[in-house]
Parts: sequence; C-alpha cells; structure tokens
Amino acid sequence: MIEQLTVLAKDDLPFPPSVEDFFLPAIYPWGEANSPWVTKFTVLIWLAVAALIAFFLLAYRKPKLVPTRGQWMAESVYGFARDNVAKEIIGHEGVRFAPYLATLFSFILLTNIFGIIPFIQISPMSHIAFPAFLAIISYVLYNAAGIKKHGFWRYLKSQTMPPAPKVLYPLLIPLEFFSNLVLRPFTLALRLFANMFAGHIILLVFTLSGFVLLASDNFFIKAMSPFAWLMAIILTLFELLVAVLQAYVFTLLTAVYVQTSIATDH
Amino acid sequence: MTDLAAVTGSLAAIGYGLAAIGPGIGIGLVFAAYIQATARQPESVGLTRTYLFLGFVLVEALALLGIAFGFVWAK
Repeated sequence: MIEQLTVLAKDDLPFPPSVEDFFLPAIYPWGEANSPWVTKFTVLIWLAVAALIAFFLLAYRKPKLVPTRGQWMAESVYGFARDNVAKEIIGHEGVRFAPYLATLFSFILLTNIFGIIPFIQISPMSHIAFPAFLAIISYVLYNAAGIKKHGFWRYLKSQTMPPAPKVLYPLLIPLEFFSNLVLRPFTLALRLFANMFAGHIILLVFTLSGFVLLASDNFFIKAMSPFAWLMAIILTLFELLVAVLQAYVFTLLTAVYVQTSIATDH
Repeated sequence: MTDLAAVTGSLAAIGYGLAAIGPGIGIGLVFAAYIQATARQPESVGLTRTYLFLGFVLVEALALLGIAFGFVWAK
C-alpha cells in the first residue's frame, strides 16, 4: 500500500495547485481541454437543478398536516428563507420575494456542498461564471423591484442622494452611485466565487502535500504526511461551514439589497 | 549597482498577506462587538445576529478581493 502511494507520489505531482486545476478535461468531447461543451460543471449544474426540482416536488406532492421527513425538510428550508431572511430583513412585503430567496439559498447550498462530496469534490461556484450569473439575476431583481415601486428617476434619486448637506453632493453622488449600483453585483459574485475557489485550493494543498511529504527520502518528513491528510479532513468539515455560511450570506445580501431599493423615504 | 537582496517568483502570496491584515482586524472587531453586545444584553442575541453576518461579509469581501487579484496578477 505504502509502496504504491510512494510510486504515485513520485510521478509528476501537480504541486503546488494552481488555477489550471479548475479547468478539468471535458466530458463531451471526451478529454478535450478548455472545451465549451459538456464539462463536469455542466453536469453538476444540471444535477443540482434536477435534484432540487425533484426534491421539492416530491416533498410537496401530498402535503400532510403532520409532515413526513421530506416534507419537513422542504418546509424548513422555505420557512427559513421566508421568516428568517425575507420577513426579518424586508418586512411584510418580503414574502413576495421568499420563493426566489428560498430557491437561491437551496441552489447555492447544494452546489457549494458539491465541493466536499466524495467523487464530486469541486463546486461549480468555484468558476466565476456561475456566481456572476446569480449576481446578475439578483441585480436585475432588486433594481426592477425598486423601479417598479418608485419609478425610474425617484429610484435613482433614492439610491444616489442620501439626506446630507448640499455641499457634500459632488462627493456623495458618485460614491453612492458606484457603491449601490455598480459595485454590489461584483462583490456579491466575487464573495461566493472566492470562498469556493480558495476552499478548493486549500483542500488541494493539504491533500497533495501529503503525497509530496510521503515522496520524501527522509523518514521523518515521510512520517509527517498523515498530519497533512488529517488537516485535509478537518478543513473539509470547515468547508461545510463555509458552504452553508456563503449560501446564507448570498441570500441575506440579496434580501438587504431588495430592502434598500424598495424602502420608502424616511 | 549590485543587488543586495532579491526575490524571485511571485509576490502574490506576500501581497495577499498584506491584504489580509485589514480584514483580519475588522472581522475581529465585528465579532468582539457582537460578543460584547450579547454579554451585556443576552436577549439581543437573535436581534443582532443578522447584522453580525452582514458586517462580517462586508469586511471579508476585502480579503477575498485580495485572493482574487492575487491570482489575477500572479504572473
């Protein structure tokens, strides 16, 4: 066993891990690098969508007064998004947005958790395209909600002109415009992307460095490799925490942005 | 002029280390304030938790920008 591992380790190990480790060979056409067609991420996204649709449909096919386990899980996910996010942040108007927030939360949570499920072990969210698209959807949603409520010019005014002395406006208006209407989708996408990206890199570092240490000729360095793998296991649990937290945070921030765009003037 | 000291390879790791100082202090302050608030007023624990996460992620964004740009400008 150890012999095999050592032989494996002496092969050209991809250490240290780099950005290239995120560009896996395509599934169709098989093995092609940088393919725009079907990759592991495509499959994972479709899998996540299918699993969520199936889960919510099955859990709610025959709703019972005393919920079964599946129904209870679906209800608590939706109840969490409605009561703890939508109602708490946006208020009573927020119930309208609860379906979107619940979908967003469960989709991000599932795709994040793909990062630590054995044999999948990479999250589609570690490619900027997927978080970026989710951020665009949220961006369009909260701007549309604000424009629908206030009208275009009043919405623009409420977003860029906070109550302040007139002297400060030349400074405030560009700043508020930049932070409220330009920067928000970027940070929203980047936060999720960077967390998943960094998480995958961290797991790669510890898993691969276990093999690198094992390939050493020095016995004492060789003996260190189980500790690297132990660290990889501990950090996998840490990644579970990050996955849940980032799904929550993305949903929370979307709700906060919706709230600021539909808030009435004080 | 001869070089007294030189660094080869990417400085991205050092750059990220520097970029993480500010968010590190900031996240410390956010959680310190939350702990203090709940110690003084234990019934406010649920009330302020949302704002804890909100403050935490807004500060954390700076460190994450550091990670992203470290890779962007690594070469």
